[in-house]
Amino acid sequence: MLRMVVCVKQVPDTTEVHTLIREGVPSILNPFDAHATEAAVQLKEKYGGHVTVLSMGPPQAAEALKKCISFGVDRAILVSDRAFAGADTLATSYTVAAGLRKIAGEEGLDLVLCGKQAIDGDTAQVGPGIACRLDLPQITYAVGVDEVDLEEGTITVQRRLEKGVQTVQAPLPALLTCVEEMNELRYASLPNMIKAARYEVEVWTAADLDTEPERLGLKGSATVVERIFAPPEHERGEIIPGGSEDPAGAAAALLDKLIEQAATSEE
Amino acid sequence: MAKDKQPRLVIEPEKCIACGLCEAECPFDAIHIEGDVAVIDYDKCKVCRKCIPICPTNCLSVEGGKEAAPAEAAKPAEVTGKVGGYSGVWVFAEQDSGEVHPVSWELLGCGRTLADTLGCELAAMVLGEDVEDVAIEAGYYGADRAYVIDNPVLQVYRTSPYAAACISLISKYKPEIVLVGATTLGRDLAGAIATELGTGLTADCTGLDIDEETKLLRQTRPAFGGSIMATILTREQRPQMSTVRPRVMEALPRDETRQIEIISEDLALTEEDVLTKIIGFQADSDLDAPNLQYAEIICSGGRGLGSPSGFELIQQLADALGGVMGASRATVDAGWISHDHQVGQTGITVRPRLYIACGISGAIQHLVGMQSSDTIVAINTDPDAPIFQIADYGIVGDLYQVVPELIRLAKERNLKEKLLSGVAF
Repeated sequence: MLRMVVCVKQVPDTTEVHTLIREGVPSILNPFDAHATEAAVQLKEKYGGHVTVLSMGPPQAAEALKKCISFGVDRAILVSDRAFAGADTLATSYTVAAGLRKIAGEEGLDLVLCGKQAIDGDTAQVGPGIACRLDLPQITYAVGVDEVDLEEGTITVQRRLEKGVQTVQAPLPALLTCVEEMNELRYASLPNMIKAARYEVEVWTAADLDTEPERLGLKGSATVVERIFAPPEHERGEIIPGGSEDPAGAAAALLDKLIEQAATSEE
Repeated sequence: MAKDKQPRLVIEPEKCIACGLCEAECPFDAIHIEGDVAVIDYDKCKVCRKCIPICPTNCLSVEGGKEAAPAEAAKPAEVTGKVGGYSGVWVFAEQDSGEVHPVSWELLGCGRTLADTLGCELAAMVLGEDVEDVAIEAGYYGADRAYVIDNPVLQVYRTSPYAAACISLISKYKPEIVLVGATTLGRDLAGAIATELGTGLTADCTGLDIDEETKLLRQTRPAFGGSIMATILTREQRPQMSTVRPRVMEALPRDETRQIEIISEDLALTEEDVLTKIIGFQADSDLDAPNLQYAEIICSGGRGLGSPSGFELIQQLADALGGVMGASRATVDAGWISHDHQVGQTGITVRPRLYIACGISGAIQHLVGMQSSDTIVAINTDPDAPIFQIADYGIVGDLYQVVPELIRLAKERNLKEKLLSGVAF
């Protein structure tokens, strides 16, 4: 019996973003979080237990949580309040950790799962932040769970590092951040899709959590955005002609250019 | 005319996405989201401009009056309380069994400029077992001082003892800026440290400089998959912390005449205190994975290959040039090639001397991972593919016609040998 909470985020689909204006960009469940959710559901199938998903976000983020319900998650909670707006990773991990404490008080907590990072901010900081605040061993970049030993209270996890795969063992409760190779997402079953459609996400506000107001949202953030701007445009390069009529000639011209450029840059 | 008018905050309602950031930012409760747009209460607005930089769609501006710097930015960082007493630029020297990750030297190169601008010391934070050589080497790359903790518990990286060691050094010596490589290890560590210290951390920076007036560290990074850049400040907490993307900053030339002052500290931790145990490691060399991040030449394939077998041709090109094979996300998602070849936002950031993109259209998520390559070549049938906008040289044509010619000519001219001897590129 493994009591798990997955922390998820709704994000704009950055594969659809090409300009500064993000209006009309579809919102999706952060892909890494989808893999974390799937991992939790698979662990539940293997060891028993239950899975709760938790998100901090605006009211419309409930859609991402419903998606998780369709994956086979048991309970979904949205932590949502104007007081949380503008939170950086420091304030976000503070608020999410407060939500996790409340869940732990209600149903117990053995394992927290997060995605490696969210594709909008790409910080990978909230998972470690939560682990630090709850004093949990953090196991980042998880690619697989080898074993959960419920009697000993340990978890054995494979981590994707830059030069290989490391196997670590940590005591429960622990926190994992998951990468895409963790698993293949499955199609939602029909009963779960129906359950998701009818599911009413629980909403907790700042008043429901044991938090200090000055540590929430923008007020509780240590970083501020000074400026947002478009990335510098690259100078358009040179098109070498003949690509379709004379591929051999174009290839030769390209190599000449590269060698010439290398020679001048050596000087 | 505008000069005589009082300055006034205005909003372009059609750009507003009602995200609520301005409402949260406003110290005077003068902006409220009403329906799907932010509305300004002019009785309360003091034109402090705090909301302007926070707006993600740039829909707020001030009209009338003369342009003034934001009230907050004009004020120097408060040299009291939490900010006062912090000095020095520190770089975390990432090492594994004495082998230092090159990003550490890149950060010392960048840190040198920051420290000289601020007129303070540049130091390396060196943790591990038997790491004095690393500290000396840090001196060769520009550090004035090294803060060293030598302890068997730090022999292999684990979050909790490394975070504890960093926190003890930072708490004692109070550096103003701490830079960590945005590597797997660095990102694991920095998030834990910053949270424990309750300070700001900016992830995966690609630009760092010091604001002339406020002396704050301006941390610039891509966001939303590289579609926008953001400059971020940590105004009131210290140290100001950043993780910095590898292959973006320049290391200084190694100078063996440079001396470094070494300050050693103890860490009261033993193996029994560390709950996480490492019980195995499968190195990638056993798995034949590519080392893309520090490759000098990369040949990548995209969806334009048409099928998984297309990567055989890309591998032949890479072999002919002495390079490493990369891939776009689309091909990895399609299962044509393993994830460790993926270049881009959710893959690996590369900065080779030569990047050849074959059949890659150039989605932002790919470009953000390779656009700082020295020379970019694109081969694609679609002349309007975004990849051509950043390519130094482009060939509009079928990669299956062009690439075999490149392979043939590269072999004929013995380019690989020339590359190895450093003649070409």
